[in-house]
Amino acid sequence: MQTDAPLIPRPEGLYCPEGDFHIDPVRPVARALITHGHADHARAGHGAVMATRQTLDIMALRYGADFAASRQIADGPTRINGVTVAFHPAGHVLGSAQIALATRGQRITITGDYTRTPNAACAQWQPVPCDILVTEATFALPVFRHPDPMEEIAKLLASVRAFPDRAHLVGAYALGKAQRVIMLLRAAGYDAPIYIHGALQKLCDYHIAEGIALGDLRPATVARGRKGDFAGAIILAPPSAFAATWAQRFPDPVIAFASGWMQVRARARQRGVELPLVISDHVDWPQLTQTITELDPAETWVTHGREDAILRWCALTGRAARPLALVGYEDEPE
Amino acid sequence: MIAGFAELLERLAFTPQRKRKLAHLVQFFATRPDPERGLALAALTGDLELRSVTPSMLREMVRARVDADLFAISYDFVGDLAETIALIWPGQGAESDATLPDLVAELQVTKKADLPARIATRLDQMRPTERHAYLKLATGGLRVGVSARLARQALAEFGAIDLAEVEEIWHGLTPPYTALFAWAEGGEKPVSAARAPFRPVMLSTPTDLDALRPLDPKTCIAEWKWDGIRVQAVAEAGTRKLYSRTGDDISAAFPDIIAAMEFEGALDGELLVRRGDQVAPFNDLQTRLGRKTVSRKMLDSHPAALRLYDVLLWDGADLRDQPLSRRRAVLERATARLDPARMDLSPLLPFDDWDALAALRADPPEAVIEGLMIKHRDSPYLAGRIKGHWFKWKRDPMLVDAVLLYAQRGHGKRSGYYSDFTFGLWDGDQLVPVGKAYFGFTDAELRDLDRFVRNNTVDRYGPVRAVAPTRVVEVAFEGLNRSTRHKSGVAMRFPRISRLRDDKPASQADRLDTLRALLP
Repeated sequence: MQTDAPLIPRPEGLYCPEGDFHIDPVRPVARALITHGHADHARAGHGAVMATRQTLDIMALRYGADFAASRQIADGPTRINGVTVAFHPAGHVLGSAQIALATRGQRITITGDYTRTPNAACAQWQPVPCDILVTEATFALPVFRHPDPMEEIAKLLASVRAFPDRAHLVGAYALGKAQRVIMLLRAAGYDAPIYIHGALQKLCDYHIAEGIALGDLRPATVARGRKGDFAGAIILAPPSAFAATWAQRFPDPVIAFASGWMQVRARARQRGVELPLVISDHVDWPQLTQTITELDPAETWVTHGREDAILRWCALTGRAARPLALVGYEDEPE
Repeated sequence: MIAGFAELLERLAFTPQRKRKLAHLVQFFATRPDPERGLALAALTGDLELRSVTPSMLREMVRARVDADLFAISYDFVGDLAETIALIWPGQGAESDATLPDLVAELQVTKKADLPARIATRLDQMRPTERHAYLKLATGGLRVGVSARLARQALAEFGAIDLAEVEEIWHGLTPPYTALFAWAEGGEKPVSAARAPFRPVMLSTPTDLDALRPLDPKTCIAEWKWDGIRVQAVAEAGTRKLYSRTGDDISAAFPDIIAAMEFEGALDGELLVRRGDQVAPFNDLQTRLGRKTVSRKMLDSHPAALRLYDVLLWDGADLRDQPLSRRRAVLERATARLDPARMDLSPLLPFDDWDALAALRADPPEAVIEGLMIKHRDSPYLAGRIKGHWFKWKRDPMLVDAVLLYAQRGHGKRSGYYSDFTFGLWDGDQLVPVGKAYFGFTDAELRDLDRFVRNNTVDRYGPVRAVAPTRVVEVAFEGLNRSTRHKSGVAMRFPRISRLRDDKPASQADRLDTLRALLP
């Protein structure tokens, strides 16, 4: 990549020389712009951080109020050195944003993680016209066509009806996926209490405070519960909890996992999942190719994920594209 | 609709527990109509005859629709051809209105040259999960962890009928098994049209010295329990069949036995590889199993033989109601007429009291003996595992003290517990994995081991944890085979953790050489 490029991949993360800032840096830097609150994108210890109000709140919840030396809420187009930056909804998790840069007559959109599927737990993704599209590629294989999430929730509810004596443990990441699953259950008419692992409590409380009606949530951490207590119940927990002794308290549990990866059987079986729920907070292949087609950027840059297939697709459709091969981002972070 | 079958396959694929797989199958049989349920059963038992759809045909089809590089990248990630095609096939399709019987009939009658176009049209009209089920059906490898026997057992449970009776008539019936389902739902038992059909095998229950003491030794016979596979050889009206004890037809793999079946009747015996008087280890027999054809060379190097235990039918007479002593007399006369290189008698062991028998058991003359069989002289030949007639008194298990190396979490009631263990033995100053065990311990010991794994994890590989090699367990197993698949060169049969040896430091665990010395 040329040195006069508007963005340069560095070990710390994607760097904008003109504005002298990094986007979602994985190591501490002087100035960081953060797309969303997942831990591998939003780290503590930067000098100045600019993000949406909700992302800043979430970082403060996770790392404490002093997670960075100074914090600035992204509110309308803002000038940073020679660059105008603006944040637009990404539909990924609460507070998630795409970052639009304007510099030397070029418009660049950095998608962050995003999905175009409506998500009742956050603001809906919007198209942001650009000359260079910098996109994620987590599910960028033509085999990923994520089904309607309501169908997946119907599968979960059918299983709860079929096995009323078993607890249903649903693996869902604490920020975003958990609240998304809860909102989908509520939309499907499930109004019984939903039990949550302690690790989800703070972020669920924050969603409720932000006006996301999650309904009746109760802690699944009963100190002296008997095993029968959770029969027929739906319990949400971060997937890591399934490996912990925490899971031993439930009666013959059905292990479910809400993730885009559940579309591939081997992935589901490897994790010991009995009920895979294909619910993703990322663009799938049709959404990714649709986004590139609609925005029709002069160039497409791919940040992280599976880049081979989308680069091939760009070549087949006569579009300029290049991999940035950023490291340090997980497939679906916790 | 194919959607119902697709849903069944999906459930089976993600259900590790046998009992739950059975429940899914029973529910399917109870809710789906004929002939769909019968065809699904046939697909699971491998009895569905379809025109062969090859992987290369499927690759060719997908090449016409999808860029080859995009397909290759995707296949590399997914790892399964049918699944990759089901997911990558263009278009989202819709719930197909084609039924399983429609699709089966089409795959049976369509000319080979027309198959790709037919299949492509079907894929266009289906949703991805349906495509997956359809492609698995067409290629004939469902691989959902359901054996033919488990599928038949589900049918027996569905109809509250005896599995042995189902297996007895199975080979005379053909898909879609309408008569079988009618029987399961309270109708008449179908009459098998098969020639030389399988008859349900009589099985034994475990025993030991204390349980034998109250019995009068004079009322029983004893014989060795040979380490081969239990079979039934049936020759009736010119048809000859060799069946496994679950009723699977294994005739094709044993033409040498079939050729020697110069009789009219049904014999019960142990299938072995025998060179002269020398019975070969189980491994040798294993190389003969599961073959569609056997080479001349294999027949010479691994000659099969039957060691006969019993006779069910002889020269048109059904002897199963007769006492064992009478059947044994018939069997002895019968064997005298047969080729001794292929068929011989399982010898009776002389003993006056149970202690004498215990002494024989403690010191069997050959390594391929698994223990003793003790049978009531007046026992009829009964289907299944009926208590009080036949007993098996297995040799004491072999034991080694091994070191825990890796652990993996279990399923169902054990989810959350590390319950699947890999253990190793010393080879020089290295610990070499020699086997895996996931039972044998008590619930309290499981909790103890689970805690040990959590507190002593040194590395993680996906769901597997490596633990500090400090904990010694006693592993009991029934036998030992040579193995080229295992790094240690040996494979244990039925290994289980019989005791926690916390009195032993890891350095005093057994050596691989000690285990190898136990090889037959």
